[in-house]
Amino acid sequence: MGEPGELAADEHVRYIVTAEKKKDSFESLVMEHLRLSGAYWGLTTLDLLHKLQAVDAREVVDWIMSCYHPESGGFAGNVGHDPHVLYTLSAVQVLCLFDRLDVLDVDKIADYVAGLQKEDGSFAGDIWGEVDTRFSYISICTLSLLHRLHKINVEKAVEYIVSCKNLDGGFGAMPGGESHAGQIFCCVGALAITGSLHHVDRDLLGWWLCERQCRDGGLNGRPEKLADVCYSWWVLSSLIMIDRVHWIDKEKLAKFILNCQDKENGGISDRPDNAVDIYHTYFGVAGLSLMEYPGVKPMDPAYALPLDVVNRIFLRKQQ
Amino acid sequence: MHGQPRRPAKPEDDAAAAAKAAKLRDLQVQVLQNHHSRTYTEEALGLSFKLLEINPEAYTAWNYRKLALQHNLRELTDPEAIKSSVDDELRVVEIALRQNPKSYGAWYHRKWLLNQKLTPVDFKREFGLLDKLLKVDARNFHGWNYRRFLAKFMGVPEEEELKYTMDKICDNFSNYSAWHNRSILLSNLLTQQRKGFESKQKICSEEFELVTQALFTDPSDQSGWFYHLWLLAQTSSPENPQLISSWPCNGAKLSLSLVGKKDDLNTVSSSLKEGIVPIVLYFNEPVKGLSPSTVKLNSDLVIGNNIQWRPLSITDSGHSNCWATYLEITNKECSSSQQFSVEVSIPCSDDIVSRSGSHCNCPVHFMFTIELGNNDDKARNIDLFHDPISWNGSESVQSHGNPSSVPFDHLNITDALVQEESKWHLEALSEQIDLFRELPDENSKFAKLTLARLSLACAAIKSRGNSPIERKGYCEEALGFFSDLIYLDPSHKRYYEDERSSVQMDQLTCNMATFMEHCSDQVQSNLSPLNHVQLCRLALTRIGYPERLLWVQMLDLSHNNLRSVEGLEALQQLVCLNISNNQISGFTSLEPLTKIISLKVLDLSCNEIGAHSIDTARYICLSPFSHKVEPCDAFEECRKKNINVEEFWDAILFFKSVNLVQLDVKGNAVANKDTFRTVVMTLSPSLKFLDGTCVH
Repeated sequence: MGEPGELAADEHVRYIVTAEKKKDSFESLVMEHLRLSGAYWGLTTLDLLHKLQAVDAREVVDWIMSCYHPESGGFAGNVGHDPHVLYTLSAVQVLCLFDRLDVLDVDKIADYVAGLQKEDGSFAGDIWGEVDTRFSYISICTLSLLHRLHKINVEKAVEYIVSCKNLDGGFGAMPGGESHAGQIFCCVGALAITGSLHHVDRDLLGWWLCERQCRDGGLNGRPEKLADVCYSWWVLSSLIMIDRVHWIDKEKLAKFILNCQDKENGGISDRPDNAVDIYHTYFGVAGLSLMEYPGVKPMDPAYALPLDVVNRIFLRKQQ
Repeated sequence: MHGQPRRPAKPEDDAAAAAKAAKLRDLQVQVLQNHHSRTYTEEALGLSFKLLEINPEAYTAWNYRKLALQHNLRELTDPEAIKSSVDDELRVVEIALRQNPKSYGAWYHRKWLLNQKLTPVDFKREFGLLDKLLKVDARNFHGWNYRRFLAKFMGVPEEEELKYTMDKICDNFSNYSAWHNRSILLSNLLTQQRKGFESKQKICSEEFELVTQALFTDPSDQSGWFYHLWLLAQTSSPENPQLISSWPCNGAKLSLSLVGKKDDLNTVSSSLKEGIVPIVLYFNEPVKGLSPSTVKLNSDLVIGNNIQWRPLSITDSGHSNCWATYLEITNKECSSSQQFSVEVSIPCSDDIVSRSGSHCNCPVHFMFTIELGNNDDKARNIDLFHDPISWNGSESVQSHGNPSSVPFDHLNITDALVQEESKWHLEALSEQIDLFRELPDENSKFAKLTLARLSLACAAIKSRGNSPIERKGYCEEALGFFSDLIYLDPSHKRYYEDERSSVQMDQLTCNMATFMEHCSDQVQSNLSPLNHVQLCRLALTRIGYPERLLWVQMLDLSHNNLRSVEGLEALQQLVCLNISNNQISGFTSLEPLTKIISLKVLDLSCNEIGAHSIDTARYICLSPFSHKVEPCDAFEECRKKNINVEEFWDAILFFKSVNLVQLDVKGNAVANKDTFRTVVMTLSPSLKFLDGTCVH
C-alpha cells in the first residue's frame, strides 16, 4: 500500500466535474434514478474543497427544479422518476449550498414531508408507505433546513426513534432492527436536530462506535465487518454529535481514507485499490473534513452540509 | 460501488459495455414511458421485470409494478388469477434479490405485497426464502428485519424465534445479528414475565454460560463480548433509583447574613449572601418527577408555594441525576439573629421515576438549619473582589480543620440499599471474574475490558454495602486493567483514559482520609473562607462523582486533560473554578457552568478554545441548530457592535448566561481575536478582571 501521501484535491475535483458529464456508462445508468443524491454528493465535495464555482449554479438549480413534482411537493431522483423524501432532502441540501432556497415553494415541500408522518411518529419515504428511521432523519433534516419543523409532531417523531434504540446503545431501521452505523447516524442526527440527544447513552454508543475502527485504521458499519470509506462519515459524524470522537485514532483513519484515493484519475473508493465512485469520494472527503484535514472546509455533523452553510441558515438575521 | 476492483478499461470491454449500457438505457426509457402513460400490459410489465432484474434499485419501476398490480386486480375476480398475479410479483422480488440481496426496494415490495392480504401467505415459502438468504449471508440485516416482520405477521411466539437465534448462534458463534435478536427477544420475554422467563437471575445465569462458551471459542470475535456487556448491565445495575447525596447534607448548619443588594454585583453570590439557599438532590441515575408533592419541605421559615424543582442536566430532558430548588429568604425574616430548620423528606413515590420506569422506593428524610444573622464582619464583604482571586494555593493546602463540614454519605441510607438480591449479583459477577482470568489468550483486549467492567460493577455493589476496603481493591484492579489496555490497544487509548479517569475520581473522593489531602479552607483577602478542593495534575480527562463535591466553593482542576466539565453543574455552591491548562476546546463544552448561578471567578487560560474547526459539543449544548435556543437579544446586541454572530455564537451564548467578576482566558486561540474581547465586554457587565487586568 505504501505511504498514502496527501489529499489529491485537484484530481478529485476533476473527477467529479467529468463524472457529471459521463451519463452513458453502465455505472452511471445504474445510478440514474438517484442522480439528485449524486449531485448532492458531488457538489458538497466540491464545496468542501473550495471549488463550488467550478459548476454553473444556474444550470444546477434549473436541473434540480426539473426533478420537482409540483402536484405532490416532492422531488424525484431524476427527471421522470417518482418523488421521494430521499431526493427531496438532496434537493434542499444542494439549494442550501447555493443559498437558493428562494426558488422553492417552501410550504408545499414542507407539507409533502410532514404529510408522510404516521400516527406512531415514524415517517414513510413516499406514498407507498415504506417506514424506516432513515426517513425520520431525512424528514426532520429537510423541515429544519426549511424552518418548518413545527409542521410535524416532533415529540412523537422522537418517541419513535427512541423505540428503535437497541441494548448495545445503537439504533436500527425499525423497532428490533439491528444497530448499523448508517442507521445510527440517521437516528442520532434526528435526535441532535430536535435537541433530544439525552435519549442517547453516549458512553455506551460511543464505545460501540469507536470499536468500528478496524486494524487497518478504517471504520466498519457493524461488528465483524470490513472497513469501508463510507463509514468514515456515518461513524465519525455520530461520534462528533455525542462528543466521543476522541475515542478513535484519527491519524490511522485519515491514512486509510487517503489510501483509497485514485491519485491519478481522482476519486475515492470503498477500500484501497477498488473502483472509485462519487459516493465514496464524498464520504472520504467529508470524513477528512470532520478530522480537520487542512484545506478542507469543516462540515456540520448533523445536517451533512458545510458548517458555514448551516451557520448561515440558522444564524443569519431573519428578515 | 462496493468491492469492485479498480482497473483501467480494456478496449475489448468497451463494445460489450456499450451494448450492455444501451440495453439498460432502453429499458429505463421504456419503463418510465409506460409508467407515465399508465400502460400496464403484460409486455410492459415484462420490461419492468427485465429492468429490475438488472437494477433492483430502480425504485420507480417498483412503484410502477404496484400501480400495475392494483390496476389489473380491478378486473380480476378469480382467486386463481389473483394468486397468479401475486406469484408473479413474489418471483420478481426473488430474482431481484438474487441480483442484490440488500435491495431496499425489492424487500419492501414483498412486505407491501403481503400487507395487501390478497392471497393466503405461504409461510413455508417465505421462511424457506429467508433460510436460503441467511445461509448465504447470516448477517444480512434486511433478511433479519424481514424475519421479524414475518414472525409478527403470522404471530410466531417469541419463544420460537428465540430458538431460531440459538440455532444460528450454534451454527456460528460470530453472528452479531443473531445475538442482537436474542437480546431483543429475551428482554421482551423477561418484561412480559412469560412462562419460563419469570426469573431474571435464572435466565441471566444460563445466558452467561452460553456466551462464555462462545467467548472461550473465539476471544477475538466482538459479537459475544457485546452480548456479555448487555448481560452485565442486567446483572449489575440497581433496580430502583436512589438519592445518594444532597446539599445541604443531613445535620448541616448554614449561617446566612443578608447584606447583598440586587445592585451590588460584586458581592460574592455565594448564594447565602444573597439570601438564596439552593437545595441540591443527587440521584444514582437520571430521574424525573420532582415537585413539591413528591419532595416535602417543612420549615419554620416561610417557604412560598412557588417552590420549583429544576433538573440540572445539560439538556432539558425532564430526566436528570441532579435536581435543585432555591429557597429565597427575604429581609423580613432577617431582622435579628434567628435559627430556622428545614426538613426535606421524600416518601416512597411512584412519581419519581427513572428512564426505565422504575420508581424511588426508598424513603429519605433529612434536616438542616439556617442561622440568620447580621454579622458586622460581613459588611466588609461588600467589595469582595477588590483584588483578583489568586490560584497559587498549592503550598497553602492544609488539612481541613473540620472534616465534619465535608458532607458525603451523610444520608445514612446506604445500608438500606443492600438487598438480598445483591448477593446473587455479587456471586454472579465474581464467578465471571474468576472465569475470565482463565481465558487462554491473556492479551485479549475484550477480556481485559470485561474484567475491568466486572471489577467496577463489584465495586459499585460494595459501595452500596459499605465495604470500603474490598471496594478499593476492585477499583485498583480496574485501574490496572485500564493501564494494560492503553498499552495493548493504543487506537482506543482515550476511551480507556476516560474510563480510568472516572475510577480515579472515585478513588480520590470515596474515602474521607484521602479526600482530605485535597481539601482546605482557602482564605482570600476580603473573602470569607471558602471550601477549597484541589485536584491538579492528576491526568483527569473527565469529571466523575460530582455528588461528592456538592459543597465545594472553590475548585482547582488545573493541569489535567479535561475535555469536558459535565457534572460540575451539580456544584451549586461553586464560586471560583480553575480549569486552566486542560483540553477544553470550545464554549459549547462549558455549558454546564451556565447552570451554576454562584460562579464568579473562572480561569480558562491555556486551553484549546478556538483552535478547532470541528466543535464536538455543538449538538450536546443548547443551540439554534437543535432548536433549543431562539435567536436572542444578545445576538442582536452583538450585531450592533459589528460582531460576526456566525463566528461567535457559542461565546455569545456562554457569556450571556454567566455572571463573572473575574475571567482568565489567555493562552486560547480565541483570546487572540479582538472581536472576542468585545463579545466578553459586551455581555459581561459585572466583569472586573480580564486576564489579570482591571477592566471596570
